[in-house]
Amino acid sequence: MKSLKFKGKVFKYGDDVNTDVIIPARYLNTSDPKELAAHCMEDIDDTFASNVKEGDIIVAGENFGCGSSREHAPISIKASGISCVIAKSFARIFYRNSFNIGLPIIECPEAADNIEFGDLIEVDLEEGIIRRVSDNKLFKPKPFPDFVKEIIVKGGLMEYVSSKQS
Amino acid sequence: MGMTISQKILADKAGKKEVQPGEIISAKVDVALGNDITAPIAIKLFEKYEGKKLFDNEKVVFVPDHFTPNKDIKSAEQCRILREFAKKHNVKYYFEIGRVGIEHALLPDKGIVLPGDLVIGADSHTCTYGALGAFSTGIGSTDLAATMMTGEIWLKVPESIKFVYNGKLQPFVSGKDLILYTIGLIGVDGANYKSMEFTGDVIDNLPIDGRLTMCNMAVEAGAKNGIIAPDETTLKFVDKRKRREYSAYQSDPEAEYSDVIEIDCSNLEPQVSLPPSPGNAKSVRELSDIFVDQVVIGSCTNGRLRDLEEAAAILKGKKVNPNVRLIIFPATQEIYSEALKRGLIEIFIDAEAVIGPPTCGPCLGGHMGILAKGEKCVATTNRNFVGRMGHPESEVYLAGPSVAAASAITGKITHPEEVV
Repeated sequence: MKSLKFKGKVFKYGDDVNTDVIIPARYLNTSDPKELAAHCMEDIDDTFASNVKEGDIIVAGENFGCGSSREHAPISIKASGISCVIAKSFARIFYRNSFNIGLPIIECPEAADNIEFGDLIEVDLEEGIIRRVSDNKLFKPKPFPDFVKEIIVKGGLMEYVSSKQS
Repeated sequence: MGMTISQKILADKAGKKEVQPGEIISAKVDVALGNDITAPIAIKLFEKYEGKKLFDNEKVVFVPDHFTPNKDIKSAEQCRILREFAKKHNVKYYFEIGRVGIEHALLPDKGIVLPGDLVIGADSHTCTYGALGAFSTGIGSTDLAATMMTGEIWLKVPESIKFVYNGKLQPFVSGKDLILYTIGLIGVDGANYKSMEFTGDVIDNLPIDGRLTMCNMAVEAGAKNGIIAPDETTLKFVDKRKRREYSAYQSDPEAEYSDVIEIDCSNLEPQVSLPPSPGNAKSVRELSDIFVDQVVIGSCTNGRLRDLEEAAAILKGKKVNPNVRLIIFPATQEIYSEALKRGLIEIFIDAEAVIGPPTCGPCLGGHMGILAKGEKCVATTNRNFVGRMGHPESEVYLAGPSVAAASAITGKITHPEEVV
């Protein structure tokens, strides 16, 4: 099971960040994670792919990931090095896809309102705490539903399904 | 305890007498759909996790429609993965070029999706089939892979919002205008995680093509599914096409809704959603002098026969404005053929439009209609996000076929009554 603690610098975005700006359709003729990561967030922030570092965290507003069912969106975010995404709310299909591929996503409106671009933050999913390093300010995200925890514990949907099949 | 139509279908597929909103169920799937963008990832996962056999080779459907005819070598390779897997596993409903169409127009026309079905598709507009009284929802590639192995999917039973459309529609107002207006009213996350159930006199009188358009865009309000209870219109449509038996469900009168929204449609004008959100809906009369470079008529939202007829009624005997490129793409081979027989294609060519093959290409900025920097397009498609149809600084205005056709003639966003 992978670690549920993350620390990184914040990339901050607004409401309704959609799958087309996360990974434009013109790049969907491949499903190679590295190629997708090279164009991640390109149409909303063309400096993202060159600036993001392993462990960094995306913080955004309402309805993150709205639009297409393309799993390429969470795949490109994960492959870019982002450790988790915190938002006020997530679009439904993006929410499922993220857990299915093992990209942790966290609903926390208070954190999304307070955390700024460039902040250094720590996330502890086991404790259910987000901490800003500069002033030790704490935010408490909503706990995950039980079925989501089960998928996380197994390491993703396919591991979960194949463990049931064998 | 009353149940909505969505609850009834999910209860049936979960083998339960009843289900409540919020409940997590494992449900049996009638149709699992993938396309040339989403299925290759699902196939790789299926093979990585040693899936040996599809749960049912008649219930897994592959439609290579997004980048076909292949736009480049990479997309050709993606399609090859699909083609070879379909052959190896004897997938009954795999549609090669020449027989293909845009998935959400193709499946209803071929009688593959039916009332009472649980349909999951690795494409967000899978919610289209709710127009036939199915519970259908979009998922991603990993969910598709898991379903291909097990035939089941876990779902949270959604709350439902009931929309009641009353009144008499004005000329040129269609299903697209109803849904754009509705998304404008509740916002792009107004139905997040919920079911949108469309009812009322206006829906009763709406043809099946308009119903498919409405359910198609439920996802643009964040909904898990859009749904319309089957009636005579539905049964007339499906009985000609069905390949198996089906169950038609209705919501109970005492079913509970998280919200009931009544909309008087009598004064509703044709709608246009301004970029960059389907939620920016305005009456076409509120807009002035928005000049456009391109008009696109087609897609899984509005590429059906009735959409082409609406466009042809406006374009007949007229020419596309010299400053505009009009691209029309019928959604399936069958629609294309019928449009030919009815003389619609001739009207379009005489008007100096270009006719594309059945493909999703232009809608998602894939190929065959990419916008340059600063260009504006009126499109009957479903999304107008930043960069949707090409350059991040291009703009897409969403509208129905009549407004799109009228705009192609004048070169600016136009109420259809101005050109007929």
